[in-house]
Amino acid sequence: MRSLLLALAAAVVILGVALTFPWLKIPLILSLCYGLAALGIVVLLKAGQISFGHAMYACISGYVVAFVGKHYPALDGIVLIALGTLASVVAGMLIGAFVVRYREIFFGMLNLAISMVLFTVLGKFYELTGGTDGVRINRPTLFGFELTRDPYEIGLLLVVLALSLIATFGVQRYFRSSGGQALAAIKTNETRLEYLGISAKKVLWKGYVLSASLCGLSGALFGLSQGLVTPEMGYWLRSGEFVFIAILGGAGHAVGAFVGALLYEFLKMYAAVLVSGSWQLILGAILIVIIYFLPKGLTGLFGKRKGAEGGAA
Amino acid sequence: MSSDILILAMLDGISYAGLLFLVALGLTFIFGVVKILNVAHGSLYAFGGYGAASLGLWWGQGSDSALVSVALLISGAIAMGVVLGTVLMLLLKKFQDRDPILQLLVTFGAFMIFEDLQRMIWGTQPYFVADVVNQLGTSELMGVVYMNYQLLFVPGAALAVYFLLKWFLNSTLAGRQIVAVTHDREVATALGINARRIGYLTFVVGAVLGSLGGALASPTTSLVPGIGADMIVLSFAVVASAGLGQITGALITALLIGLSRSFCVYLAPEFEVVMPYLIMVLVLLIRPQGLFTVVQARKI
Repeated sequence: MRSLLLALAAAVVILGVALTFPWLKIPLILSLCYGLAALGIVVLLKAGQISFGHAMYACISGYVVAFVGKHYPALDGIVLIALGTLASVVAGMLIGAFVVRYREIFFGMLNLAISMVLFTVLGKFYELTGGTDGVRINRPTLFGFELTRDPYEIGLLLVVLALSLIATFGVQRYFRSSGGQALAAIKTNETRLEYLGISAKKVLWKGYVLSASLCGLSGALFGLSQGLVTPEMGYWLRSGEFVFIAILGGAGHAVGAFVGALLYEFLKMYAAVLVSGSWQLILGAILIVIIYFLPKGLTGLFGKRKGAEGGAA
Repeated sequence: MSSDILILAMLDGISYAGLLFLVALGLTFIFGVVKILNVAHGSLYAFGGYGAASLGLWWGQGSDSALVSVALLISGAIAMGVVLGTVLMLLLKKFQDRDPILQLLVTFGAFMIFEDLQRMIWGTQPYFVADVVNQLGTSELMGVVYMNYQLLFVPGAALAVYFLLKWFLNSTLAGRQIVAVTHDREVATALGINARRIGYLTFVVGAVLGSLGGALASPTTSLVPGIGADMIVLSFAVVASAGLGQITGALITALLIGLSRSFCVYLAPEFEVVMPYLIMVLVLLIRPQGLFTVVQARKI
């Protein structure tokens, strides 16, 4: 109950900030989108697996939103988001069926390779996909309302916030469920899991589809807020960013992904202002420092303190 | 399809495979020490290329001797490889007992840093130093005029490295120690091998190979930001398809990928960039442990 209140308070604060400083609306939406995708990565990290290709699900979903939006302009934004996410769920089910047979490096590399295939195909078939220029997304109606830019962005922020809250609680619940516990067991001892009569592949497949759907959700929202999808959305460096955020926030708790994403977006903004053109350098250094001092990420900080309190009591 | 195109595609493919082999081999070597894929390997490739090009610009201008140009290329690569390899090794040492995923991310962080450093040092303008290509001249092969640099030098260098390494690993003490440490660090240490020293040697050899690949690529490709990011994924594809730690396998897979890519350039250009990944996906689906990996007993 307390965590629900905390989360709602955080959402209200974000909304308040966005309304007071209107220029922060888009950065906030984008960082929440990144947070959703990083949450997908956190699910995989729970199983000890890392994917350098999950941006492809964001990309698939973004392109589905763009194509459907172009051909059926009357469709509502919410329907588009649902369709985009559905597409990446289906893709995740298919690709997942193959990749869950692999672990660690091969798992990561296979995801990377598939995402690079998608990235190149999107960039090459110009007539269909607009090549590297991408596809524009016209602003759809939101909940049936035809909105101008400003209210549309606020509406989108509300949608993202609501979905982020649902996703956080959903994923936390999943981690506590038997399926989530089995997923974590893939990291700790897969052989033992199999001896319990549970199929590690099936468990990982479910986790994989969940993570693909979260990345897809993020991609659909990302596309709608940018008004444009490009193949860059599926490049492996973008997948790397998702992993970066997941590590920054910490894989211990679902909320870490969002903490990481907000911090990441603002670090990026700040670093870009501070030393233009070399934000990567600063982010890279921060990543290494974080891993060195806080291997469990920012949320690990709280977890540790809680553990200490528990010990004292 | 005329035979000219066939020959051209073949020669392009072989030359490209030579570069790919060098970089992928370096990756495999480094994997042998730290047991993680080094994402920063792409930066080694890029820095090797830029380093060699800079040396060529400073000292190679005005000299007509191909020997000087080649010496500059190779020394640039070795210098870059040793320096960056040492930096990376020292960095990774701080993380050696951590979760492998975190170690992988450390190399990702290093990659981000190197990427910007490279932009700061050499700017975003394309770099292009092709003296050596002209100095080595061209020759005619079955009616096709081709640059000696790509026809003989690059594949020759790759083959030389291949045989040298085979000899080094099989017939010298240090080489055999490398094999032992890579195979089982604990047992090797128990046998009295200084695993730390050997690990450092292996790592630096791998780093030099990566930057040598970049240096040899520099006269025929223009150096722009981002070449490291593309190369790293390609060499991953080679290493993963060949199987980790397979030297001969890496050579064959590099040839396979290089040739199929260059045939695509001439026959179906849309698929050129996709080809390496398609091969990798196919290989991993059929043989999950890579083409040339020998099945190992599981350690408990």
